Amino acid sequence: MIDEHLPVLQVVVPLLAAPMCLLLGRGTLAWGLATAVGWFALYVALSLLGSVPAGGEIRYALGGWAAPWGIEYRVDRLDSYVLVIVAAVGALVLTYARASVAREIARHQHAAFYAALLLCLAGLLGIVITGDAFNLFVFLEISSLSSYALISLGRDRRALTASYQYLIMGTLGATFILIGVGLLYMVTGTLNMLDLAERLPALGDNRTVLAAFAFLVVGICLKIALFPLHLWLPNAYAYAPSVVTAFLAGTATKVAIYVLLRFLFTIFGAGFSFSGMLLSALLMVLALLGVLVASTVAIFQNDVKRMLAYSSVAQIGYIVLGISLVSVTGLTAALVHLFNHAVMKAALFLALGAVVYRVGGARLEDMKGLGRAMPLTLAAFVAGGLSLIGVPLTAGFISKWYLVLAALEAGWWPIALLVLIGSLLAVVYVWRVVETAYMQPRPAGAAAVSEAPWHMLLPIWALVVANVWLGIDTDLTVGIAGGVAVELLGGAP
Amino acid sequence: MSALLPAAMLLPLVAVPLIVLLDRYPNRREAVSLVTGGLLFALVVALVPDVAAGGRPAWTLAEPLPGIALAFEVEPLGLIMALVASFLWMVTTVYSIGYMRGHHEKHQTRFYAFFAIAIASTIGAAFAANLVTLFVFYEALTLSTFPLVTHAGTDEARRAGRTYLGVLIGSSIGLLLLAIAWTWNLTGSVTFTPGGILAGHATDGTVLVLYALFLFGIGKAALMPLHRWLPAAMVAPTPVSALLHAVAVVKIGVFSVLKVSIYIFGPALLTSSGAGMALAYVAATTILLGSLVAMRQDNLKRLLAYSTVSQLSYIVLGATLANAWGIVGGSLHIVMHAFGKITLFFCAGAILVASNKTRVSQLDGIGRRMPWTLGAFTVGALSMVGVPPLAGFVSKWYLLLGSITAEQYFVVAVIIVRPLLNAAYFVPIIYVAFFRPPASGVHGEREYGEAPLPMVAALVATAVLTVTLFFYPDWALALAEQLVGGP
Repeated sequence: MIDEHLPVLQVVVPLLAAPMCLLLGRGTLAWGLATAVGWFALYVALSLLGSVPAGGEIRYALGGWAAPWGIEYRVDRLDSYVLVIVAAVGALVLTYARASVAREIARHQHAAFYAALLLCLAGLLGIVITGDAFNLFVFLEISSLSSYALISLGRDRRALTASYQYLIMGTLGATFILIGVGLLYMVTGTLNMLDLAERLPALGDNRTVLAAFAFLVVGICLKIALFPLHLWLPNAYAYAPSVVTAFLAGTATKVAIYVLLRFLFTIFGAGFSFSGMLLSALLMVLALLGVLVASTVAIFQNDVKRMLAYSSVAQIGYIVLGISLVSVTGLTAALVHLFNHAVMKAALFLALGAVVYRVGGARLEDMKGLGRAMPLTLAAFVAGGLSLIGVPLTAGFISKWYLVLAALEAGWWPIALLVLIGSLLAVVYVWRVVETAYMQPRPAGAAAVSEAPWHMLLPIWALVVANVWLGIDTDLTVGIAGGVAVELLGGAP
Repeated sequence: MSALLPAAMLLPLVAVPLIVLLDRYPNRREAVSLVTGGLLFALVVALVPDVAAGGRPAWTLAEPLPGIALAFEVEPLGLIMALVASFLWMVTTVYSIGYMRGHHEKHQTRFYAFFAIAIASTIGAAFAANLVTLFVFYEALTLSTFPLVTHAGTDEARRAGRTYLGVLIGSSIGLLLLAIAWTWNLTGSVTFTPGGILAGHATDGTVLVLYALFLFGIGKAALMPLHRWLPAAMVAPTPVSALLHAVAVVKIGVFSVLKVSIYIFGPALLTSSGAGMALAYVAATTILLGSLVAMRQDNLKRLLAYSTVSQLSYIVLGATLANAWGIVGGSLHIVMHAFGKITLFFCAGAILVASNKTRVSQLDGIGRRMPWTLGAFTVGALSMVGVPPLAGFVSKWYLLLGSITAEQYFVVAVIIVRPLLNAAYFVPIIYVAFFRPPASGVHGEREYGEAPLPMVAALVATAVLTVTLFFYPDWALALAEQLVGGP
């Protein structure tokens, strides 16, 4: 009975829990509810993953109204794969959040904070699960608006400007997406993704369709923070509260990439999207530039959070590069990295959050001597960093391996080389932190620092273990990603 | 029988938590290292009869990627490598106890723990059954030795650590990983297979580029211009330099070169495509340049480091010659050079601990105060030069035969000239140490004698073995000859 309603529970439970958090008022209670909801969402996502047949899908008509009149939720394997990423990061981040939020956010805002975080989670899950293009836009706005609020709660006053900057850029992106969806509705008369996919090929080289395509791609790339549309991201990540940074780094850009995949491969179809190679070449060049430029900029950052933010822009480059190769191996690489990057970045940002919790800042000077003072936190940071570099036996290696293979398969060996050079740049920026933390003493007169509390370490290390696990047993990532890549290239599911 | 291999792989890792837990009890902590070293060597020795009889014990741990497993297989070359590494770990542990305590080093627990991890990585790389597994442990070795190299924690150590990591990680990710992915793309396999897997899948030009990617990508083999990390790493405590930078790290480098040459390319393909010869010239050049640079060093450890750079290229040369003599000579040189060079490093460390001297120009008359140490130094140095009856002669003989067979007279000339250069920097040290009077009246000069007993015992033992190996190289020879299909 309950099983058939799983798709709607996935979204409705966090959505309804959000105002309840507000009503609870007190920080700890709100946190308890939010965390319970986070784990419930993960349970639902995992059950959906378990019940979606390979190549098939679960359909759910909202309120019993069948498509095309009602909104339809559709879960295929790509959906459930991304749902698991988002829900897993959400659950772990929420578990971790209590102490960090208590330290970084004013007491009277705690309940509102958890409410906004749950809204954001609900929005992101909704984007993934819905089968309706306009509904997707609605959920996109829910998640975006709540994330502007979340970012603005950062302690630093610059968080307000960062949030405002993101608001402007994000709204531009959302508007473009809305225009694109509107144009599609104009020519096809439907908003259901499946119907769109059926009707669009018949229209051929229609101007309106092309315009819609352009609006959508640019709008989505803004949300993805693809270089050079990434300008909002470093500030937003650097000044947001630690918990928010970890949550957004693991989920928001990932979901935006999912939207790109949905539109390019399912709705427009790979044949239309990549005809004439223009988009492919464009994405490839931008992705590579993103990898190299953002990694280089990361090397010169003094704030470690900002450094990791630039690293995120670079990692997004890797994912988009995989997509731009338009091959099964390339898409597999992109999808695998989608998962792996969420896991490694969440681990890194959470570890950094523990540093902020104990030391009060995340600048490079704050990290001095922490290798001795907070051995477990810093060990987790190093493990996450190694995964970011792509050292074997970590998740990052698997992504790099597929990406390099995909480039070689396509005969683009210079791209393979550039991908590896990107890894080397990662070595440099990760190692700056390692050196500072392990080889420089705590500054004289600095307050004594102790290890982070166990309830913060637990989620951090769960992510670290996942990082290593996904580097050795790749059934979950490569197994599903490989199948999904074939489905995506095989046309509309 | 099959349990031996997993046991050998896991044993050093089991020691790590024990070492960390025994932080406050130095004697028991060192006992763990010693016992593990002894057991590990026993386990590896127990593998010998099976492999000598043609057996290939194998163990698959996991399969992270379809078709690419984390798998291990013991073959003769890997066994030689593991025997040398595990035996010398045991000896080095004895030596380290004397050194670390005599030199009052800090953070000794961390030192022993990472040492054990480094050995586990070495054994893993030695027994790797495919390129990806080799790469995994190759990287693990780089990372686990980083804290050892930078043990002192000074600015100088930090700079050296950057060079170390920069060169090794840079080459392995930038070139080696690319080469491995390319090999997989060409052949659909990365498994080490006797006779090679690339034949028929690549043109001569591709083979040349790929071989160059492998040889330069394996930065641990210290082929010029990727040799800079080796002298930089000499800031490490001497036992680290001794075991890791005379035996484990550098030998895993040249071991990988041999392994790739024999089992991925195959000697036949290397010869027919001309790739082997092209890289043989690079190796020969490194041999010469390494020796020339060594001649100009005053710091004893740096001198030894450049000597290593030059000696390693002998092994690479053996691989690139791609004929039976060359491969046997290269494999034997892994063993022979290890014993000679570790003796030399042990001596350098003993001199440092006993007299606080690090430079060649300070060594006047030191042989009278430290006769055992300098005696062992002489044995090691002459073995480097290749004088019979010392171990270094055996492998050089095979390499010479190999280059003559390949009709490469430039290489022949290098092999003949190089010992003279070698002698030119080792013989003066021996001369001043024994025949020059000690510098008298130098300010701050204090009385000193031999280094602590464990150090002297270790370095005498390796010196004696350097002589012994000249007379009894049979075990290594028998294994190496299996690589080329019998004597």
